[in-house]
Formats: sequence, structure tokens, C-alpha cells
Amino acid sequence: MSKLTDLTLAGLRDGLGKKEFSAREVTDAYLERAGQAGPLNAFVRITDDIARKQAEDSDARIARGDARPLEGIPLGIKDLFCTKGVTTQAGSHILDGFTPTYESTVSQNLFDDGAVMLGKLNLDEFAMGSSNETSYFGPVVNPWRREGDEAKLTPGGSSGGSSAAVSAHLCAAATATDTGGSIRQPASVTGTVGIKPTYGRCSRWGIVAFASSLDQAGPITRDVRDAAIMLKSMAGHDAKDSTSIDCPVPDYEAVLDQGVKGLKIGVPKEYRIDGMPVEIEALWQQGIEWLKDAGAEIVDVSLPMTKYALPVYYIVAPAEASSNLARYDGVKYGLRVEDDNIHEMYSKTRAAGFGAEVQRRILIGTYVLSAGYYDAYYIRAQKVRKKIFDELMGVLNGVDLLLTPSTPSAAFGLGEKTADPISMYLNDIFTVTANLAGLPGISVPAGLDAQQLPLGLQLIGRPFDEETVFRGAKALEDAAGFSARPGEWWS
Amino acid sequence: MSIDRDTVLKVANLARIRLADDRVEPMTKELSSILDWIEQLQEVEVDGVEAMASTVEVSLPMRDDVLAEDQTGGGRPEEVVANAPKTEDHFFVVPKVVE
Repeated sequence: MSKLTDLTLAGLRDGLGKKEFSAREVTDAYLERAGQAGPLNAFVRITDDIARKQAEDSDARIARGDARPLEGIPLGIKDLFCTKGVTTQAGSHILDGFTPTYESTVSQNLFDDGAVMLGKLNLDEFAMGSSNETSYFGPVVNPWRREGDEAKLTPGGSSGGSSAAVSAHLCAAATATDTGGSIRQPASVTGTVGIKPTYGRCSRWGIVAFASSLDQAGPITRDVRDAAIMLKSMAGHDAKDSTSIDCPVPDYEAVLDQGVKGLKIGVPKEYRIDGMPVEIEALWQQGIEWLKDAGAEIVDVSLPMTKYALPVYYIVAPAEASSNLARYDGVKYGLRVEDDNIHEMYSKTRAAGFGAEVQRRILIGTYVLSAGYYDAYYIRAQKVRKKIFDELMGVLNGVDLLLTPSTPSAAFGLGEKTADPISMYLNDIFTVTANLAGLPGISVPAGLDAQQLPLGLQLIGRPFDEETVFRGAKALEDAAGFSARPGEWWS
Repeated sequence: MSIDRDTVLKVANLARIRLADDRVEPMTKELSSILDWIEQLQEVEVDGVEAMASTVEVSLPMRDDVLAEDQTGGGRPEEVVANAPKTEDHFFVVPKVVE
């Protein structure tokens, strides 16, 4: 049965359509495989009963010729998406036992298209982290290891359960979310594809909120075609999210083979940072050559505001988080630490319920929003954000896409960066500008470093032009021919 | 240090997070190093620049003034309190706040 789990989402769709195997067989194969991957800690909960029921429904649909776009495709759902009747904790102790009475719009869209839920995937607490080490449920372990070395590496974060599960073939594809790089960075360090669409493309309704002006859902998948198929189902206007945009969702899969001939692709010199491994620099250069060979015109561009993106992010995101996370007070849901005094109850509950990184960010956010600092920090950050946005939009007037590395390093070891918050924050240096400006960005696996760890390249596009992003990504994927897989040490 | 111990305690109180005594000193250091790092934004010229809160430019849509039938509508008290640690008849129960 292991062969079924080797098929891509598109391969499963085609095989199910031709009745070469049943949805129940596929789901059973994945449940077995996911159940044997305990050492990766990618799933916080496996929902066997739901998965088998959905798979049987899919088989009935297929039998009567009524298959939907994702009929019988087993997915992992990041535990930031509320799932009706299935515990959803966002990697946090404070949401202890929280069982939503509603379904997030994105997961509902996937189920309406026939997808099967295998279970809920681990993540950094409230999606705050770049290594999946802040989860209350413990770190996720990257399926990839350095050659000849058994040290445990991080799968990136915050969508580390999603990236690890897709990379290890524990699910056909996974949902993820990206506030500063949380889809693209984990995809890059696990040899998977991750796309963060334009802000407003996917509904945020029912996704546990981190920083509402930046949060956006997207898929992590094995290849670019699967990402195109997943995003088509996830995206769409939703009246329940006032920032969701009412514009048609194109058929992304249909444009994949249109190529990059004639496209102008910008290479921003400011992404060449001090201390970046030579292999990443070389891979970036290789990516330029690949796109040039495929007929694209390469243009050197300059984005001098880039260096301010992370500091802006670390004001805006904690500010929004401190406000969003004010709802966790021990009254409405989740954990409660009792006290006769209500203020003591709040303070004790939040101290016990939030982990160290979440507490740090809430305190930073509260500080930059407090009287006397609001203008100097928060308003100033919003103004610098505007300058970053204007600069990017100006450059994207002249080019169709930007090509950059996805991350400043390959996967790093568990515990390697936890002592210094800023060294951890720097993981998002190449991804965060797309969030600040609301632009679509994708990470595509492009090669291996000397230690045989995967590295990704990123393409950033114009707002709501995911089609061009996918065309560029497919061209990179075709040229790179990335087919490496991690050894299966965990089962 | 761009932030001192007293300020950290004040902010923690505003955020309703009780910091354990042995966490105050490390938290002060961590917050200081983060604030020192974001201090570089002070060098950016921002005179006359509009503060940007969202990349979505459209004005917020108005919905029809009718009761929604879905989860955003009314008439679902059981669901609203379903996850609360302590409830009584569709109310959230908290420690006494008014003498």
C-alpha cells in the first residue's frame, strides 16, 4: 500500500477518477503511515473516524460519477484552522480542550470539494515562531537530516507540522498559514512547495488570529501543480471576512505550462545579505540562469527599504497579536486558573496558558501600543510599512515577478536558535516583505546543500496575480528537477 | 537597556500576564534587545507618509441589516457558551466583581 502514499495529489485525483484504487484504500494507507510517524510529532491529533467516513462518502460519490475537485484526497489541517467538533488548540495550552462549534471557511471549502481530513497538524504556539519549537505539544522534527548525522533538525515554522507531514508523505497536502513567512520558510527547509496567496485571497474566518493585517492561509504541497489545485479550492470570497476580496478565483492549474517566456523577473540586490551561505547565493544564481534559459528577461532591481521590513514586522505583528490574544481570559473558552479576584484570575490564567514566546510578543505589542510609545513605535512602523509597500509596488510596475532565496539558511538544529529571539526572527528576512505588502509569494525546492539538505527559491508577484507566480514556479520546478527524499528513519 | 524592570512589570500588568519573579529579569533583557533592534526604524524619514494599517484598499463592506442564518447570526446561546470553563443558564460565570 505504500505506493499510494507516493502519489502526488494530482496523481491520486487521476487514479481515483479512473477507479484504479478507492478513496478508502488511500485514506487507510495514509492513516497507517501517519500512525507510524510518531517521532516526527507532526500530528497533534489523528481523526481516523472522520477520515474513514469522508473517504467512504467520496467512494460513493465517485461510484455515481459525482466526484468533486478534491474527492477522496487525504489532507492534514494545521491546528490553527477551527474544525467543527474537533479540538483546536493553536499549539497553545490556553486553548485547552477548545472544541469549535463551527468550521473555518478554508477547511469547509476543502471539504465541500471532497477532501478528507486525516488530522490536525502541529505548529508554533499561535503561529508565533520559525522552528515549531514554541508549540505546547512539543517541537516537530524535520524528516530531513544532515548526511551522516542523526541530529534532529527543525521543519521550520510556524507551519512545521504541515511541512514535515507533506515532506514525509504523511498526507497528500496540508493547509498552512503565513504571517511573516510561516508557509514559505518551512516549505523551503523541507523540500516542499508553499504558497502564500495575496492578502484577501483566502478567508481568515475561523482561523485562530495572530496578526490580522498579515495572516493569510495557503497550502504546503509536494509540487507546484498540487499547490495550484489546493489553492483553487481554498480561495474565494467570504462575506464572513470583511478583508476577503470579491474577485474570481482563476484555474491556476490551467496556466502552469504557459512558461515564463517574455516575463520580466526582477532580482533585488538587497537580498544579498552578509553571512548568507555561498550555496544559497549559488542556487539563487542558478535560478536566474534557469529562468533566463526558459525565456524570461532578468532585471536587476533595488529595494533599499528591505532591511526595515523585519523591524516593522516586529512592531506591527506583536501589536496586532496583543490585541487579538486579549480574548484569552479564562472566561469564554479554554484554560482557567481560579482565583477569587477576577484580575488575578486573568493574570494567572494567561501566565499559565501562554508560552514564553507568546508572552514576549504580547508584552512587546502592549508596550508599543501603550500611551507615550504609540506614535514613536506603532505609527512610525505603519508609516515605514507604507514606504516598503510603495517601493515594492513601484518595482513590480516594471517587472512581473521577483526572484529571491526563500530562507537565509537550510534547516537548523532543534535548540540552536531558541536562546536568542532575534536570531530566530531573522529566518523570515526574505519572506516578511510579501506579508507587509500583501503580495503573493511561493517557495519552490530548488536544490540540496553540501549536507544534503533542501533549499528553496522564492518568487513574489503582483497582488492577485498568483497565475504568474505559478507559471514562474513551474518553470523553476521543471528546471530544478528536484526529486530528493528524506530517508525514512522515523518509522 | 531600553526598557527597565518597572516598565516591564507595568506592561505585564496591562497585558494581564503575571510574571513569575524569576522571569522578570530575563524578560527585561529579552524585551530590551528586541526594542534596541527595532530602534533602527528611527532613522527612516517618514514625514508626510501615511500610516498603513491594511493592504486591502477597499472600504469595509456593509452587510444587509438582517439576522444571519449562519454562525455569525443570533439564537445560538448553547454554542456560544459550549467551551466556557464555567457557565450557568447561557451566562459566563466569573468571580464576583461588584460588591
